[in-house]
Amino acid sequence: MTRPEPDTLRIMALLERPGFALDVDTAFPLEGVTALFGRSGCGKTTLLRIIAGLEHPPGGEVHFRDTAWQSGKTFIPLHRRRVGLVFQESTLLPHLSVRGNLLYGYKRTPEPLRRLHLDEVARLLGIDDLLERRADQLSGGQRQRVALGRALLTSPDLLLLDEPLNALDTQTKREIMPFLARLSEETGIPSLLVTHAPDEVERLATRVAFMHDGQLERLEPLRDALARADSPLFRDDGAVSVLQGELGPADAHGLHPFGPPEAQYRVPSTPGATNGAGRRARLRIDARDVSIALSPPQDVSILNIIPVTIESLDEAPGHHGPARVLAVCRQDDGQTLMAELTRLSTDRLKLQPGARAHALVKSVAFLD
Amino acid sequence: MLDLSPTDWMAIEVTLKLALYTTLILLVIATPIAWWLANGRGSPGVRTAVQALVALPLVLPPTVLGFYLLVLLGPAGPVGSTLESWGLNHLAFTFQGILIGSVIYSLPFAVQPLQQAFANLGRRPVEIAGSLGAGRIDRFVTVILPMTRGGFIVAATLAFAHTLGEFGVILMLGGAIPGETQVLSILIYDHAEAMDFDSAHRLSFGLLIFAFAVLFIVYAINRRFDTVRL
Repeated sequence: MTRPEPDTLRIMALLERPGFALDVDTAFPLEGVTALFGRSGCGKTTLLRIIAGLEHPPGGEVHFRDTAWQSGKTFIPLHRRRVGLVFQESTLLPHLSVRGNLLYGYKRTPEPLRRLHLDEVARLLGIDDLLERRADQLSGGQRQRVALGRALLTSPDLLLLDEPLNALDTQTKREIMPFLARLSEETGIPSLLVTHAPDEVERLATRVAFMHDGQLERLEPLRDALARADSPLFRDDGAVSVLQGELGPADAHGLHPFGPPEAQYRVPSTPGATNGAGRRARLRIDARDVSIALSPPQDVSILNIIPVTIESLDEAPGHHGPARVLAVCRQDDGQTLMAELTRLSTDRLKLQPGARAHALVKSVAFLD
Repeated sequence: MLDLSPTDWMAIEVTLKLALYTTLILLVIATPIAWWLANGRGSPGVRTAVQALVALPLVLPPTVLGFYLLVLLGPAGPVGSTLESWGLNHLAFTFQGILIGSVIYSLPFAVQPLQQAFANLGRRPVEIAGSLGAGRIDRFVTVILPMTRGGFIVAATLAFAHTLGEFGVILMLGGAIPGETQVLSILIYDHAEAMDFDSAHRLSFGLLIFAFAVLFIVYAINRRFDTVRL
């Protein structure tokens, strides 16, 4: 094994259980949010538990930066690894108040290592008003935010999030997502997010590790993962594009410009969303909401008509059979835009890779 | 009503001392066993064997247990003879002997409520506390103990109460030496044997009331803690 590079989490693990084998040898960059994506039972949680030190597979290796967490006879127990753990179900200590829960790890963190403090974390997570409540008086969403805050208050070197949104209903999930999205940006703590929900990956991840049957198949930036038609992220709900860009101030029509001039969208702001002007945002576009025209149409209601180059034409993911085609298009700013078309229209327009075209984007949704 | 003889008082003292020591020792021994049975790793076969071993005193006649302990701890037994070869006394017919006997005899009464409480708790809170920087002892004191104190109270009370009612093991292993091994249950038997029904009745009735009070408290606690558990 080569010497571990700084600023990666290097892990090598072989684990065999009846009906399950994990075989992983990889290095995660310690920056931003790395999503471990895969179906349940693919070994992503086990991998997380090995990194945390909750599983101890013989012969395994875990190196955090240049510190060996597990190597040969070396095994640093969980409480000395300085990782923050958040699980899917509520794990607040019921005999302590919210404040008691938040400070449990803080008090056990040596003073020079404390970078985050109660006030700022409580504000970041919107739990300042809950501090004196008992842990069992909170809603599911509040509990997860407190659990997150408690982990943050140990000023961890790494956050391990095991499907933290899984047990929450859609509404509550929507309420917590912005907090999670802000986390890595505002605290600078790298995190590993175990999830099987494509929307969580699209919204939160910097890069994705695809896991299947105990193997890590591919580790790539989110942008690349969203730029190929066969991405596992599209397997269930079809292809989507996620565009990243700067959101400008609203014009006279209440529409905000988004993205650079060569690929500029005009988007309405959704009430209640935190998409104030002047900040980076992620825009999610369903491939089924994108049509292709060879010349820019003049008399349509669609506002967003973006010049693109067609990169490839593949069978669309999902269960449509050969009738539908996924056109992977490159915008002039380099970002990928997916359009799902019928085979018939592809043939009629004689679309070919390399052709210039215009993408007609019917609707967009903000991820932030 | 309470005109008890010095022998009666001595028996009460021995009994309470025995029950108290047994309870304290059991809490120390039963806690790790119960944790391992509830949340530990290891092969299911070994775990089942240990579980059965712990439960043995529930089904075995106390005389069987007492008999084997007598053989083991007595002057001719492996433990007793080893002790004597070190210049110590063997343990048959001593307070230490019946203390060992009661610890084994009451073991399931301490292990089972704790095991139940630990199983309800699961590993998760301990894992979380670990990730928050708490070491083993810290986790036990600040997480396991407060979250399962109902289990500890029930285990302690049951172990204490069950030791009060011990008869067969002590009869076999301890005899009835006043101030040393003569506990209440033995003394009641001796009173009845001697046709001293008044004395037997006084002690019996006292024990009856005490046992009821203890169980009443246990069940009241059990109910309360079950409803608070998250």
